[in-house]
This record gives sequence, C-alpha cells and structure tokens, in this order.
Amino acid sequence: MDRDEMLRALTAMDFYLVDMALYLNTHPDDTEALARYNAIINEANALRESYEQQYGPLYSFRSGSAAPWQWINDPWPWQAQFNFTLGGDDK
Amino acid sequence: MWIYEKKLEYPIKIKNPNPRMAKYIISQYGGPDGELAASLRYLSQRFSMVTPQAKATLNDIGTEELAHLEMIGTMVKQLTEKASVEELEKAGLGAYYTDHDRAVYPVSASGTPFTAAYLQSKGDPITDLYEDMAAEQKARSTYEYLIQLADDPDVIDPLRFLREREVVHFQRFGEALRLVQDYLGDRKRVSMRMPDRKR
Repeated sequence: MDRDEMLRALTAMDFYLVDMALYLNTHPDDTEALARYNAIINEANALRESYEQQYGPLYSFRSGSAAPWQWINDPWPWQAQFNFTLGGDDK
Repeated sequence: MWIYEKKLEYPIKIKNPNPRMAKYIISQYGGPDGELAASLRYLSQRFSMVTPQAKATLNDIGTEELAHLEMIGTMVKQLTEKASVEELEKAGLGAYYTDHDRAVYPVSASGTPFTAAYLQSKGDPITDLYEDMAAEQKARSTYEYLIQLADDPDVIDPLRFLREREVVHFQRFGEALRLVQDYLGDRKRVSMRMPDRKR
C-alpha cells in the first residue's frame, strides 16, 4: 500500500470507530457492536503503527519520532497535498 | 485533555479556487449554526449533564465537532488560497480581505464575527438536550443550503459527509434525551424541574 492507500484505509477505519463509539455511548449493552468495535480497534492500531513507521507521527505527544523531530514536517492536514482523493482516480 | 491527530476526519482536496463558496461555507466555521458554536455548546454543557450515556455523548460529539471545524477551515483555505484579490473582491470578499487577507477567521456568511450568544448552557439537562437536537437540525439545513449553492464535487462531497454527521448526532442526542428522561422520572417530560431552594 502506498501512503494515500494507507491513509484512506486508516481514515475509513477511524471513521467507523468514531461513529460506533457514539452508538455505544447510548447502547452500552450491545455486545455484538462492542465486539466489532474492538476488532476494528486492533486492525486500526496495526495499520497506524506501520503508517507511522513510514510517514511519521500521527498523534501529538503519543507517537514516537525518528530524528530529527518529525512532528513539524509538512504537509499538515489542511494542505491539499496531505489529502487523498476518494475513489482513486482524479475527478 | 485532547490529543491532536494529524489527519482530517474526512479528506479535503479542492482543485479549483472558488472564493464565492468560501464566503458561504465560512458560516459553518463561525456562524450561528456552525461547528465552533456546536463544539463549545456540547463541551460546555457536559459539565452539568447527568447519566453516563449523556455525558459521554456530549463529550464525544463536542470533540467530533472540533474535527468538523478543522474540515471547514480547510475548505475555506483551499477555496481561497489561489484566488486573486480581484476574484476575492468579485466574490464579495473585499471587506473580508481588508481585515483578514486569506486567513481563516470565525465569521458568518454575512460577515458577523463569532459570538457565544449563538449557544446556551442552561444547567437543565432536558433543556440542553433539546437545544442540542435543534442545533443539529439547524446545521443539517445549513449544509443542505450550501450543497444547493455548490457545483464542484470536491466541495459537495465533504459537505454531504458533514450533513450526514448532523443526522447521526441528532439521533444520538435523541437517545440521550430519552435516557435522561427515564433517569429523572416521568415528571420531567411534561413539567419543569424543581427550582433550587433558597438557603
């Protein structure tokens, strides 16, 4: 997977988790949903680790860094070149 | 405590500048039904919320709204960064340019600076959750009007994502309201809460 593909997969998994966490907040007894949530957490953690090894830290003060300090590296998320195109091909 | 995640909740990659759309979309940054008001509303109300489910709902939706604020700021930046001063002025952003250049500043579409008067934090959990459900509907309507004004798929796509989040948040707040009503007892459904006693 190249950077855009990894970021796309990570964004999809993280969105699943954001949405599922909101659901679990009001449905804490739904064990089936909770099991799916926990499974995606593990999958996302593995992908996040390999993304960070190749492209640098994703989290402020929770991700390690190679030297020199990588956190400051461009691009930042608000820059167009940071982001991937959905669907792959350029519209 | 918050941890910044160095990516967007949903990608924004706008190829064509469009200062006209930026002028409208900025309302969801600093306008009456925008993401800043939403985030501050929920993150302030959580301090006086009751029940574990409703506290978590306010905390987490308030946090997600910060990610939406970042998406809106990103859209405004990408829509304006390559526009000339003449294009900005033609799009009605001459006054904005005078005060802010192409920087992102919290104003409504009509140029009114952000004010905390857009939100409430009332101390009554039922009152607050009704406000939150109304706020989600108002934001949904705003996104629908913005989608009507837009013609670029790079712009419409993230606006549709944000619109859908308003629908989900409305649903979650409705569930939280029902749980809080059950917790407080039926009396709360139809009447007012007992006023604080004078000491």
